[in-house]
Amino acid sequence: MTQRTVVIVKVLIWAGCLAPLALLVAQAFGYAGGLGANDVETILNVCGKTALNLLLLTLCVTPIRRSTGINKLVVFRRLLGLFGFFYVCVHFLTYALLDLGLLYPLLYGPTAVGTTPGEQLLADIAKRPFITVGFTALLLLIPLAITSTRAMQRRLGRNWTKLHRLVYVVALLGVVHYWWQVKSNTDAQPLPYAVLLAVLLGVRLHHWLVHSKAAVPPSYQRVEPPQAREKASH
Amino acid sequence: MRKKLDTGIKPSEITPEGAYLNRRTVLTAAVAAGLVPSIMTCEAATLPASGDMFADVKKWPDSTTDKVNSFQDITTYNNYYEFGTGKSDPAANAHTLKTSPWSVQVSGEAGKTGTFTLEDIIKPHSLEERIYRHRCVEAWSMVIPWVGFPLADLLKRFEPTSNAKYVQFVTLNDRTQMPGVRQPYLEWPYREGLTIAEAMHPLAFMAVGLYGKVLPNQNGAPLRTVIPWKYGFKCCKSIVRIHFTDRQPQTSWNMAAPQEYGFYSNVNPEVDHPRWSQASERRLGGGLFAARIPTQMFNGYAEQVASLYTGLDLRKNY
Repeated sequence: MTQRTVVIVKVLIWAGCLAPLALLVAQAFGYAGGLGANDVETILNVCGKTALNLLLLTLCVTPIRRSTGINKLVVFRRLLGLFGFFYVCVHFLTYALLDLGLLYPLLYGPTAVGTTPGEQLLADIAKRPFITVGFTALLLLIPLAITSTRAMQRRLGRNWTKLHRLVYVVALLGVVHYWWQVKSNTDAQPLPYAVLLAVLLGVRLHHWLVHSKAAVPPSYQRVEPPQAREKASH
Repeated sequence: MRKKLDTGIKPSEITPEGAYLNRRTVLTAAVAAGLVPSIMTCEAATLPASGDMFADVKKWPDSTTDKVNSFQDITTYNNYYEFGTGKSDPAANAHTLKTSPWSVQVSGEAGKTGTFTLEDIIKPHSLEERIYRHRCVEAWSMVIPWVGFPLADLLKRFEPTSNAKYVQFVTLNDRTQMPGVRQPYLEWPYREGLTIAEAMHPLAFMAVGLYGKVLPNQNGAPLRTVIPWKYGFKCCKSIVRIHFTDRQPQTSWNMAAPQEYGFYSNVNPEVDHPRWSQASERRLGGGLFAARIPTQMFNGYAEQVASLYTGLDLRKNY
Protein backbone atom coordinates (compact mmCIF):
# COMPACT_ATOMS: atom_id res chain seq x y z
CA MET A 1 0.00 0.00 0.00
CA THR A 2 1.53 3.28 -1.08
CA GLN A 3 1.53 6.41 1.08
CA ARG A 4 -0.87 7.94 -1.42
CA THR A 5 -3.37 5.11 -0.96
CA VAL A 6 -3.09 5.46 2.81
CA VAL A 7 -3.93 9.17 2.57
CA ILE A 8 -6.89 8.53 0.27
CA VAL A 9 -8.28 5.81 2.54
CA LYS A 10 -7.85 8.05 5.56
CA VAL A 11 -9.77 10.85 3.87
CA LEU A 12 -12.54 8.39 3.05
CA ILE A 13 -12.61 7.17 6.67
CA TRP A 14 -12.91 10.76 7.93
CA ALA A 15 -15.73 11.43 5.53
CA GLY A 16 -17.52 8.18 6.34
CA CYS A 17 -17.15 8.65 10.09
CA LEU A 18 -18.32 12.25 10.06
CA ALA A 19 -21.30 11.52 7.80
CA PRO A 20 -23.68 10.30 10.55
CA LEU A 21 -22.90 13.38 12.64
CA ALA A 22 -23.33 15.69 9.65
CA LEU A 23 -26.68 14.08 8.88
CA LEU A 24 -27.84 14.54 12.48
CA VAL A 25 -26.86 18.20 12.44
CA ALA A 26 -28.69 18.71 9.15
CA GLN A 27 -31.76 16.94 10.54
CA ALA A 28 -31.63 19.01 13.73
CA PHE A 29 -32.03 22.08 11.53
CA GLY A 30 -35.00 20.50 9.76
CA TYR A 31 -33.25 19.19 6.67
CA ALA A 32 -33.15 15.58 5.43
CA GLY A 33 -36.52 14.75 6.94
CA GLY A 34 -35.73 16.07 10.39
CA LEU A 35 -34.96 14.06 13.52
CA GLY A 36 -38.46 12.59 13.79
CA ALA A 37 -40.95 12.70 16.63
CA ASN A 38 -38.46 11.63 19.28
CA ASP A 39 -35.49 13.79 18.35
CA VAL A 40 -33.37 12.98 21.40
CA GLU A 41 -33.89 9.27 20.92
CA THR A 42 -32.86 9.57 17.27
CA ILE A 43 -29.54 11.16 18.27
CA LEU A 44 -29.01 8.54 20.98
CA ASN A 45 -29.73 5.68 18.60
CA VAL A 46 -27.67 6.98 15.70
CA CYS A 47 -24.64 7.75 17.89
CA GLY A 48 -24.95 4.50 19.82
CA LYS A 49 -25.18 2.37 16.70
CA THR A 50 -22.41 4.28 14.93
CA ALA A 51 -20.15 3.83 17.97
CA LEU A 52 -20.86 0.11 18.02
CA ASN A 53 -20.32 -0.15 14.25
CA LEU A 54 -16.95 1.57 14.54
CA LEU A 55 -15.81 -0.47 17.53
CA LEU A 56 -16.67 -3.70 15.74
CA LEU A 57 -14.97 -2.37 12.61
CA THR A 58 -11.75 -1.82 14.59
CA LEU A 59 -12.01 -5.43 15.69
CA CYS A 60 -12.27 -6.48 12.04
CA VAL A 61 -8.95 -4.88 11.16
CA THR A 62 -6.70 -7.57 12.61
CA PRO A 63 -8.51 -10.62 11.16
CA ILE A 64 -8.62 -8.95 7.73
CA ARG A 65 -4.94 -8.00 8.02
CA ARG A 66 -4.04 -11.57 8.89
CA SER A 67 -6.10 -13.15 6.16
CA THR A 68 -5.09 -10.75 3.40
CA GLY A 69 -1.55 -10.10 4.51
CA ILE A 70 -2.04 -6.34 4.03
CA ASN A 71 -0.29 -5.34 7.23
CA LYS A 72 -0.57 -1.66 6.47
CA LEU A 73 -4.28 -1.85 7.40
CA VAL A 74 -3.29 -1.39 11.02
CA VAL A 75 -2.63 2.32 10.38
CA PHE A 76 -6.41 2.86 10.01
CA ARG A 77 -7.33 1.17 13.24
CA ARG A 78 -6.62 4.07 15.56
CA LEU A 79 -8.69 6.45 13.44
CA LEU A 80 -11.68 4.08 13.52
CA GLY A 81 -11.28 3.52 17.25
CA LEU A 82 -11.05 7.23 18.03
CA PHE A 83 -14.16 7.97 15.97
CA GLY A 84 -15.88 5.17 17.87
CA PHE A 85 -14.89 6.85 21.13
CA PHE A 86 -16.11 10.18 19.79
CA TYR A 87 -19.58 8.76 19.07
CA VAL A 88 -19.68 7.08 22.48
CA CYS A 89 -19.03 10.52 24.01
CA VAL A 90 -21.73 12.24 21.94
CA HIS A 91 -24.11 9.41 22.85
CA PHE A 92 -23.38 9.85 26.56
CA LEU A 93 -23.55 13.64 26.44
CA THR A 94 -26.90 13.49 24.62
CA TYR A 95 -28.24 11.22 27.34
CA ALA A 96 -26.86 13.32 30.21
CA LEU A 97 -27.39 16.84 28.84
CA LEU A 98 -30.49 16.54 26.65
CA ASP A 99 -32.36 13.46 27.82
CA LEU A 100 -31.80 13.74 31.56
CA GLY A 101 -31.36 17.50 31.26
CA LEU A 102 -28.10 18.22 33.08
CA LEU A 103 -28.07 21.30 30.90
CA TYR A 104 -31.46 22.61 31.95
CA PRO A 105 -30.70 24.14 35.35
CA LEU A 106 -28.27 26.36 33.43
CA LEU A 107 -30.87 27.19 30.79
CA TYR A 108 -34.05 27.44 32.81
CA GLY A 109 -32.95 27.76 36.43
CA PRO A 110 -33.40 25.13 39.13
CA THR A 111 -35.91 22.37 38.38
CA ALA A 112 -39.20 22.70 40.18
CA VAL A 113 -39.77 19.26 41.65
CA GLY A 114 -38.36 15.80 42.02
CA THR A 115 -34.83 14.59 41.59
CA THR A 116 -32.33 16.83 39.85
CA PRO A 117 -30.86 15.61 36.56
CA GLY A 118 -27.51 15.07 38.31
CA GLU A 119 -29.08 12.86 40.95
CA GLN A 120 -30.95 11.02 38.24
CA LEU A 121 -27.71 10.42 36.33
CA LEU A 122 -25.99 8.91 39.38
CA ALA A 123 -29.07 6.85 40.22
CA ASP A 124 -29.27 5.54 36.65
CA ILE A 125 -25.60 4.58 36.60
CA ALA A 126 -25.93 2.81 39.94
CA LYS A 127 -29.36 1.21 39.50
CA ARG A 128 -29.96 0.59 35.82
CA PRO A 129 -27.83 -2.33 34.64
CA PHE A 130 -27.87 -1.29 30.99
CA ILE A 131 -26.66 2.18 31.92
CA THR A 132 -24.07 0.79 34.35
CA VAL A 133 -22.76 -1.39 31.56
CA GLY A 134 -22.75 1.43 28.99
CA PHE A 135 -21.07 3.85 31.37
CA THR A 136 -18.41 1.24 32.22
CA ALA A 137 -17.69 0.84 28.52
CA LEU A 138 -17.26 4.62 28.23
CA LEU A 139 -14.86 4.71 31.19
CA LEU A 140 -12.81 1.83 29.81
CA LEU A 141 -12.47 3.59 26.47
CA ILE A 142 -10.91 6.67 28.04
CA PRO A 143 -7.48 5.10 28.79
CA LEU A 144 -7.50 3.54 25.34
CA ALA A 145 -8.15 6.91 23.70
CA ILE A 146 -5.49 8.61 25.83
CA THR A 147 -2.86 5.99 25.00
CA SER A 148 -3.70 5.86 21.33
CA THR A 149 -0.92 8.26 20.33
CA ARG A 150 2.27 6.91 18.80
CA ALA A 151 4.28 8.38 21.69
CA MET A 152 2.17 6.48 24.23
CA GLN A 153 2.48 3.31 22.16
CA ARG A 154 6.24 3.63 22.34
CA ARG A 155 6.26 4.44 26.03
CA LEU A 156 4.06 1.53 27.02
CA GLY A 157 5.74 -0.99 24.74
CA ARG A 158 4.27 -4.45 25.19
CA ASN A 159 1.88 -3.26 27.86
CA TRP A 160 0.19 -1.19 25.20
CA THR A 161 -1.01 -4.34 23.44
CA LYS A 162 -2.19 -5.79 26.74
CA LEU A 163 -4.00 -2.60 27.72
CA HIS A 164 -5.70 -2.31 24.38
CA ARG A 165 -7.16 -5.80 24.68
CA LEU A 166 -9.69 -3.95 26.85
CA VAL A 167 -11.41 -3.12 23.60
CA TYR A 168 -12.82 -6.68 23.60
CA VAL A 169 -14.46 -5.98 26.95
CA VAL A 170 -15.74 -2.62 25.69
CA ALA A 171 -17.29 -4.18 22.58
CA LEU A 172 -18.92 -6.88 24.70
CA LEU A 173 -20.32 -4.29 27.14
CA GLY A 174 -21.53 -2.22 24.18
CA VAL A 175 -23.53 -5.10 22.74
CA VAL A 176 -24.94 -6.00 26.18
CA HIS A 177 -25.85 -2.33 26.71
CA TYR A 178 -27.81 -2.36 23.45
CA TRP A 179 -29.45 -5.68 24.21
CA TRP A 180 -30.62 -4.66 27.66
CA GLN A 181 -31.96 -1.34 26.44
CA VAL A 182 -34.46 -2.67 23.89
CA LYS A 183 -38.03 -3.27 25.04
CA SER A 184 -37.77 -7.04 25.23
CA ASN A 185 -35.55 -9.94 24.26
CA THR A 186 -37.93 -10.57 21.38
CA ASP A 187 -36.56 -7.48 19.67
CA ALA A 188 -33.94 -8.79 17.27
CA GLN A 189 -32.23 -5.48 16.46
CA PRO A 190 -29.11 -6.10 18.58
CA LEU A 191 -28.74 -9.62 17.19
CA PRO A 192 -26.51 -8.81 14.18
CA TYR A 193 -24.11 -6.99 16.51
CA ALA A 194 -23.97 -9.93 18.89
CA VAL A 195 -23.37 -12.35 16.02
CA LEU A 196 -20.61 -10.21 14.51
CA LEU A 197 -18.94 -9.80 17.89
CA ALA A 198 -19.14 -13.56 18.53
CA VAL A 199 -17.55 -14.23 15.12
CA LEU A 200 -14.78 -11.70 15.73
CA LEU A 201 -14.00 -13.10 19.16
CA GLY A 202 -14.22 -16.64 17.77
CA VAL A 203 -11.69 -15.81 15.04
CA ARG A 204 -9.30 -14.54 17.70
CA LEU A 205 -9.83 -17.56 19.92
CA HIS A 206 -9.13 -19.81 16.96
CA HIS A 207 -6.01 -17.84 16.08
CA TRP A 208 -4.83 -18.00 19.69
CA LEU A 209 -5.42 -21.76 19.95
CA VAL A 210 -3.57 -22.42 16.69
CA HIS A 211 -0.64 -20.22 17.60
CA SER A 212 -0.52 -20.78 21.34
CA LYS A 213 2.42 -23.17 20.96
CA ALA A 214 4.61 -20.48 19.51
CA ALA A 215 6.04 -18.23 22.23
CA VAL A 216 5.17 -15.08 20.34
CA PRO A 217 2.60 -15.42 17.54
CA PRO A 218 4.19 -14.06 14.38
CA SER A 219 1.31 -11.78 13.60
CA TYR A 220 1.49 -10.13 17.02
CA GLN A 221 5.10 -9.15 16.30
CA ARG A 222 3.88 -7.15 13.37
CA VAL A 223 1.38 -5.05 15.30
CA GLU A 224 3.75 -4.15 18.08
CA PRO A 225 5.05 -0.62 18.06
CA PRO A 226 8.51 -0.08 16.61
CA GLN A 227 10.36 0.44 19.89
CA ALA A 228 8.80 -2.58 21.56
CA ARG A 229 9.88 -4.63 18.60
CA GLU A 230 13.41 -3.35 19.03
CA LYS A 231 13.39 -4.33 22.69
CA ALA A 232 12.01 -7.75 21.84
CA SER A 233 14.79 -8.36 19.37
CA HIS A 234 17.55 -7.52 21.86
CA MET B 1 -62.16 24.13 27.96
CA ARG B 2 -63.88 23.92 24.63
CA LYS B 3 -62.06 26.99 23.51
CA LYS B 4 -58.72 25.44 24.41
CA LEU B 5 -59.55 22.42 22.31
CA ASP B 6 -60.01 24.56 19.29
CA THR B 7 -56.91 26.64 19.77
CA GLY B 8 -54.56 23.92 21.00
CA ILE B 9 -53.06 23.55 17.57
CA LYS B 10 -53.95 24.98 14.24
CA PRO B 11 -54.44 22.28 11.64
CA SER B 12 -52.59 24.49 9.21
CA GLU B 13 -49.49 24.16 11.37
CA ILE B 14 -49.30 20.47 10.85
CA THR B 15 -50.60 19.81 7.39
CA PRO B 16 -49.59 21.32 4.09
CA GLU B 17 -52.27 23.86 3.30
CA GLY B 18 -53.27 22.14 0.07
CA ALA B 19 -54.00 18.89 1.84
CA TYR B 20 -55.76 20.77 4.61
CA LEU B 21 -58.08 22.56 2.24
CA ASN B 22 -58.63 19.32 0.41
CA ARG B 23 -59.78 17.66 3.59
CA ARG B 24 -62.12 20.54 4.24
CA THR B 25 -63.68 19.89 0.87
CA VAL B 26 -64.18 16.25 1.77
CA LEU B 27 -65.73 17.32 5.04
CA THR B 28 -68.03 19.76 3.37
CA ALA B 29 -69.04 17.11 0.89
CA ALA B 30 -69.70 14.66 3.70
CA VAL B 31 -71.82 17.19 5.57
CA ALA B 32 -73.67 17.97 2.39
CA ALA B 33 -74.24 14.27 1.85
CA GLY B 34 -75.59 14.07 5.38
CA LEU B 35 -77.97 16.92 4.69
CA VAL B 36 -79.41 15.20 1.68
CA PRO B 37 -82.69 13.71 2.90
CA SER B 38 -81.87 10.12 3.56
CA ILE B 39 -84.25 8.54 1.13
CA MET B 40 -81.24 6.44 0.31
CA THR B 41 -81.57 3.66 2.82
CA CYS B 42 -79.17 3.16 5.70
CA GLU B 43 -77.13 0.39 4.11
CA ALA B 44 -76.15 2.70 1.31
CA ALA B 45 -74.25 4.90 3.71
CA THR B 46 -70.78 3.44 4.19
CA LEU B 47 -67.99 4.40 6.53
CA PRO B 48 -65.61 7.01 5.22
CA ALA B 49 -62.45 5.69 3.59
CA SER B 50 -59.02 5.92 5.22
CA GLY B 51 -57.85 9.52 5.57
CA ASP B 52 -61.31 11.01 5.12
CA MET B 53 -62.78 13.35 7.70
CA PHE B 54 -65.65 12.12 9.86
CA ALA B 55 -68.68 14.25 9.23
CA ASP B 56 -70.17 14.64 12.65
CA VAL B 57 -67.87 14.53 15.65
CA LYS B 58 -68.80 16.04 18.98
CA LYS B 59 -66.09 17.41 21.22
CA TRP B 60 -65.79 15.72 24.60
CA PRO B 61 -65.72 18.41 27.29
CA ASP B 62 -63.10 16.75 29.51
CA SER B 63 -60.23 16.61 27.03
CA THR B 64 -56.77 17.46 28.36
CA THR B 65 -55.64 21.00 27.72
CA ASP B 66 -52.04 19.87 27.08
CA LYS B 67 -50.64 20.84 23.70
CA VAL B 68 -51.69 18.29 21.10
CA ASN B 69 -48.96 16.49 19.13
CA SER B 70 -48.81 17.02 15.40
CA PHE B 71 -50.51 14.59 13.03
CA GLN B 72 -47.04 13.95 11.63
CA ASP B 73 -45.64 12.86 15.02
CA ILE B 74 -48.65 10.72 15.88
CA THR B 75 -48.59 8.88 12.56
CA THR B 76 -44.85 8.38 12.03
CA TYR B 77 -43.68 7.29 15.47
CA ASN B 78 -45.50 4.08 16.30
CA ASN B 79 -45.04 0.80 18.08
CA TYR B 80 -46.91 -1.70 15.95
CA TYR B 81 -44.65 -4.73 15.73
CA GLU B 82 -46.86 -6.44 13.16
CA PHE B 83 -45.30 -3.94 10.75
CA GLY B 84 -41.76 -3.97 12.16
CA THR B 85 -40.06 -3.06 15.43
CA GLY B 86 -38.67 0.32 14.34
CA LYS B 87 -40.73 3.39 15.21
CA SER B 88 -41.00 4.42 11.55
CA ASP B 89 -41.69 0.88 10.28
CA PRO B 90 -45.48 0.97 10.75
CA ALA B 91 -45.82 4.22 8.77
CA ALA B 92 -43.67 2.70 6.02
CA ASN B 93 -45.27 -0.76 5.92
CA ALA B 94 -48.87 -0.52 7.09
CA HIS B 95 -50.27 0.43 3.67
CA THR B 96 -50.63 -3.32 3.01
CA LEU B 97 -53.28 -3.59 5.74
CA LYS B 98 -56.72 -3.97 4.22
CA THR B 99 -59.34 -2.48 6.56
CA SER B 100 -62.35 -3.00 4.34
CA PRO B 101 -64.16 -5.35 4.49
CA TRP B 102 -63.52 -5.89 8.20
CA SER B 103 -65.29 -7.99 10.75
CA VAL B 104 -65.01 -8.61 14.46
CA GLN B 105 -65.71 -11.91 16.13
CA VAL B 106 -67.40 -11.61 19.53
CA SER B 107 -67.25 -14.68 21.73
CA GLY B 108 -67.38 -16.01 25.26
CA GLU B 109 -69.50 -14.98 28.22
CA ALA B 110 -71.99 -12.74 26.46
CA GLY B 111 -75.57 -12.88 25.29
CA LYS B 112 -74.91 -11.66 21.78
CA THR B 113 -71.93 -13.36 20.21
CA GLY B 114 -71.01 -13.95 16.59
CA THR B 115 -69.36 -12.09 13.76
CA PHE B 116 -70.08 -8.42 13.27
CA THR B 117 -69.10 -6.21 10.38
CA LEU B 118 -67.28 -2.97 11.05
CA GLU B 119 -70.48 -1.12 10.15
CA ASP B 120 -72.38 -3.19 12.74
CA ILE B 121 -69.80 -2.23 15.33
CA ILE B 122 -69.48 1.49 14.66
CA LYS B 123 -72.79 2.68 13.24
CA PRO B 124 -74.99 2.77 16.35
CA HIS B 125 -72.50 5.07 18.12
CA SER B 126 -72.21 8.79 17.85
CA LEU B 127 -68.59 9.79 17.48
CA GLU B 128 -66.75 12.14 19.77
CA GLU B 129 -63.28 13.60 19.88
CA ARG B 130 -61.33 13.00 23.07
CA ILE B 131 -57.89 14.42 23.60
CA TYR B 132 -56.00 11.99 25.83
CA ARG B 133 -52.47 11.83 27.14
CA HIS B 134 -50.75 8.72 25.77
CA ARG B 135 -47.89 7.34 27.88
CA CYS B 136 -45.68 4.62 26.42
CA VAL B 137 -43.94 2.14 28.73
CA GLU B 138 -40.73 3.29 27.02
CA ALA B 139 -41.06 6.60 28.92
CA TRP B 140 -42.19 8.89 26.11
CA SER B 141 -45.62 10.43 25.75
CA MET B 142 -47.86 12.24 23.31
CA VAL B 143 -51.19 14.03 23.39
CA ILE B 144 -53.60 12.61 20.84
CA PRO B 145 -57.04 13.76 19.62
CA TRP B 146 -58.82 10.44 19.14
CA VAL B 147 -62.20 9.99 17.47
CA GLY B 148 -64.39 7.17 18.69
CA PHE B 149 -66.91 6.17 21.33
CA PRO B 150 -66.86 4.80 24.87
CA LEU B 151 -65.78 1.16 24.93
CA ALA B 152 -68.50 0.40 27.48
CA ASP B 153 -71.22 1.48 25.04
CA LEU B 154 -69.99 -1.11 22.56
CA LEU B 155 -69.42 -3.93 25.07
CA LYS B 156 -72.87 -3.49 26.63
CA ARG B 157 -74.44 -4.19 23.23
CA PHE B 158 -73.06 -7.75 23.42
CA GLU B 159 -74.79 -8.23 26.81
CA PRO B 160 -71.90 -9.69 28.81
CA THR B 161 -73.07 -12.20 31.42
CA SER B 162 -72.20 -12.15 35.10
CA ASN B 163 -69.38 -14.60 34.26
CA ALA B 164 -67.69 -11.99 32.11
CA LYS B 165 -64.97 -10.89 34.52
CA TYR B 166 -62.46 -9.96 31.84
CA VAL B 167 -62.40 -8.90 28.20
CA GLN B 168 -59.71 -9.94 25.78
CA PHE B 169 -58.97 -8.08 22.55
CA VAL B 170 -57.12 -9.69 19.67
CA THR B 171 -55.33 -8.02 16.75
CA LEU B 172 -55.40 -9.27 13.17
CA ASN B 173 -52.69 -11.85 12.49
CA ASP B 174 -52.15 -12.03 8.75
CA ARG B 175 -48.79 -12.77 7.18
CA THR B 176 -49.82 -11.44 3.82
CA GLN B 177 -50.76 -8.02 5.21
CA MET B 178 -48.37 -7.76 8.13
CA PRO B 179 -44.68 -8.39 7.45
CA GLY B 180 -43.81 -8.32 11.15
CA VAL B 181 -45.81 -11.40 12.09
CA ARG B 182 -43.42 -13.50 10.02
CA GLN B 183 -40.88 -12.72 12.74
CA PRO B 184 -41.12 -14.07 16.29
CA TYR B 185 -41.04 -10.61 17.91
CA LEU B 186 -44.03 -11.58 20.06
CA GLU B 187 -46.35 -14.54 20.21
CA TRP B 188 -48.93 -13.72 17.53
CA PRO B 189 -51.70 -12.73 17.38
CA TYR B 190 -51.19 -9.69 19.59
CA ARG B 191 -53.65 -9.88 22.43
CA GLU B 192 -54.55 -7.61 25.28
CA GLY B 193 -57.00 -7.73 28.13
CA LEU B 194 -58.82 -5.70 30.75
CA THR B 195 -60.95 -6.49 33.76
CA ILE B 196 -64.60 -5.92 32.97
CA ALA B 197 -64.63 -2.98 35.38
CA GLU B 198 -61.71 -1.38 33.52
CA ALA B 199 -63.28 -2.03 30.13
CA MET B 200 -66.58 -0.52 31.29
CA HIS B 201 -64.92 2.56 32.76
CA PRO B 202 -66.12 5.76 31.08
CA LEU B 203 -62.54 6.69 30.10
CA ALA B 204 -61.93 3.42 28.22
CA PHE B 205 -62.38 4.30 24.58
CA MET B 206 -62.77 2.60 21.23
CA ALA B 207 -61.04 4.75 18.63
CA VAL B 208 -61.81 4.74 14.92
CA GLY B 209 -60.04 7.96 14.03
CA LEU B 210 -57.68 10.71 15.03
CA TYR B 211 -57.46 14.39 14.12
CA GLY B 212 -61.03 14.09 12.88
CA LYS B 213 -60.00 11.60 10.22
CA VAL B 214 -60.33 7.86 9.81
CA LEU B 215 -57.49 6.12 11.67
CA PRO B 216 -54.35 5.68 9.59
CA ASN B 217 -53.39 2.00 9.36
CA GLN B 218 -50.23 2.47 11.44
CA ASN B 219 -52.33 3.73 14.35
CA GLY B 220 -54.43 0.57 14.47
CA ALA B 221 -57.13 1.00 11.84
CA PRO B 222 -59.97 0.37 11.64
CA LEU B 223 -60.67 -0.17 15.33
CA ARG B 224 -58.44 0.12 18.40
CA THR B 225 -58.85 0.51 22.11
CA VAL B 226 -57.42 3.50 23.98
CA ILE B 227 -56.95 3.08 27.72
CA PRO B 228 -55.42 6.40 28.74
CA TRP B 229 -54.41 5.52 32.30
CA LYS B 230 -52.41 2.49 31.18
CA TYR B 231 -49.17 2.14 29.23
CA GLY B 232 -49.72 2.33 25.49
CA PHE B 233 -49.20 -1.36 24.80
CA LYS B 234 -52.45 -2.11 26.68
CA CYS B 235 -54.24 -0.65 23.68
CA CYS B 236 -55.15 -3.31 21.13
CA LYS B 237 -54.92 -2.27 17.49
CA SER B 238 -56.80 -3.51 14.41
CA ILE B 239 -59.15 -5.60 16.54
CA VAL B 240 -60.65 -8.75 15.03
CA ARG B 241 -61.85 -10.48 18.16
CA ILE B 242 -63.46 -9.49 21.46
CA HIS B 243 -63.70 -12.31 23.96
CA PHE B 244 -65.53 -12.18 27.30
CA THR B 245 -64.08 -14.57 29.84
CA ASP B 246 -64.18 -15.49 33.52
CA ARG B 247 -60.40 -15.88 33.71
CA GLN B 248 -57.62 -13.34 33.36
CA PRO B 249 -56.73 -13.50 29.66
CA GLN B 250 -53.26 -13.83 28.19
CA THR B 251 -51.63 -10.58 27.12
CA SER B 252 -48.79 -10.49 24.60
CA TRP B 253 -46.18 -8.44 26.42
CA ASN B 254 -46.82 -10.30 29.64
CA MET B 255 -46.22 -13.56 27.78
CA ALA B 256 -42.98 -12.19 26.29
CA ALA B 257 -41.50 -10.84 29.54
CA PRO B 258 -43.72 -11.49 32.59
CA GLN B 259 -41.27 -9.94 35.04
CA GLU B 260 -41.33 -6.65 33.09
CA TYR B 261 -44.88 -6.32 31.79
CA GLY B 262 -47.77 -7.18 34.07
CA PHE B 263 -51.46 -7.63 33.35
CA TYR B 264 -52.46 -4.25 34.78
CA SER B 265 -49.67 -2.04 33.42
CA ASN B 266 -51.15 1.11 34.90
CA VAL B 267 -49.03 4.20 34.45
CA ASN B 268 -47.26 4.54 37.79
CA PRO B 269 -44.26 6.81 38.43
CA GLU B 270 -43.50 4.95 41.66
CA VAL B 271 -43.11 1.50 40.12
CA ASP B 272 -40.16 1.44 37.76
CA HIS B 273 -39.69 -0.83 34.82
CA PRO B 274 -37.01 -3.32 35.94
CA ARG B 275 -34.56 -1.73 33.54
CA TRP B 276 -35.51 1.93 33.50
CA SER B 277 -37.24 4.61 35.55
CA GLN B 278 -40.92 5.45 35.05
CA ALA B 279 -40.72 8.59 37.21
CA SER B 280 -40.51 10.96 34.25
CA GLU B 281 -41.24 10.97 30.57
CA ARG B 282 -40.20 12.73 27.40
CA ARG B 283 -43.20 14.56 25.98
CA LEU B 284 -42.58 14.39 22.26
CA GLY B 285 -42.86 17.47 20.12
CA GLY B 286 -41.17 19.81 22.60
CA GLY B 287 -37.94 20.10 20.66
CA LEU B 288 -34.38 19.07 21.46
CA PHE B 289 -34.04 21.21 24.55
CA ALA B 290 -37.32 20.37 26.25
CA ALA B 291 -36.93 18.96 29.75
CA ARG B 292 -38.52 15.67 30.74
CA ILE B 293 -41.79 16.04 32.61
CA PRO B 294 -42.79 14.14 35.77
CA THR B 295 -45.03 11.16 35.05
CA GLN B 296 -48.38 11.36 36.83
CA MET B 297 -50.10 8.54 38.71
CA PHE B 298 -52.49 6.76 36.32
CA ASN B 299 -51.18 9.16 33.68
CA GLY B 300 -53.07 12.01 35.33
CA TYR B 301 -56.39 10.16 35.41
CA ALA B 302 -56.09 9.06 39.06
CA GLU B 303 -59.16 10.99 40.13
CA GLN B 304 -61.31 9.00 37.73
CA VAL B 305 -59.75 5.52 37.88
CA ALA B 306 -57.96 5.08 41.22
CA SER B 307 -61.14 3.61 42.75
CA LEU B 308 -60.84 0.64 40.35
CA TYR B 309 -57.78 -0.46 42.28
CA THR B 310 -58.61 0.09 45.92
CA GLY B 311 -57.03 -2.62 48.03
CA LEU B 312 -54.81 -3.78 45.17
CA ASP B 313 -51.03 -3.72 45.73
CA LEU B 314 -49.94 -1.83 42.64
CA ARG B 315 -46.30 -2.76 43.20
CA LYS B 316 -47.14 -6.46 42.93
CA ASN B 317 -49.86 -5.97 40.33
CA TYR B 318 -47.74 -3.89 37.96
